[in-house]
Amino acid sequence: MSDFLLAAAGFVLLMVAVGLLRILHGPAEADRMMAAQLLGSGGTAALLLAGAARIPAMVDVALTLALLAAFATVTFVISGSGSRSDANLAGG
Amino acid sequence: MSTVLDIMTFFAVLTGAFFFLAGTVGLLRFPDTLSRLHALTKADNLGLGLVVFGLLPQAGGVSAGLKLVCIWLLVLLASATVSQLIARAARQHHARA
Repeated sequence: MSDFLLAAAGFVLLMVAVGLLRILHGPAEADRMMAAQLLGSGGTAALLLAGAARIPAMVDVALTLALLAAFATVTFVISGSGSRSDANLAGG
Repeated sequence: MSTVLDIMTFFAVLTGAFFFLAGTVGLLRFPDTLSRLHALTKADNLGLGLVVFGLLPQAGGVSAGLKLVCIWLLVLLASATVSQLIARAARQHHARA
């Protein structure tokens, strides 16, 4: 079972790596950010698959990655919308 | 009993991996930003959910399993929020172009 989980983790990581091609191609910045978001969720899944059954601390690593991926995208949206919509963000 | 749980893990993780495949293929092949966003949320919600479901029988105990489910819930919440934000950014970009 351990070998199977490790192979599944490798497969998910491969899928994430292929998905990162979207960062190269774009075209919009939102597309690039989506690939980074896929890295967040896929990396979380791969960490859980690779380590959760054997090393309990890996769950914390996966949790941190999931949290940081969410914050990364929020930061992208805030910085990307620029000064033009600062009033919009402040106004909710 | 352990064999039944192992089979459950096997199929859930396999299905989850398939959804990650679907998410990647969609992200690379779909024609515009919003449909690519649609593909990405499949990987986030279903793929990770099935992987977590498959790992539950392998978790050490009830609290370890609950922690896994909490990670999935966090990703669900984050993904729902973030996809709305990305869609708004993409729409603004589209309107500007």
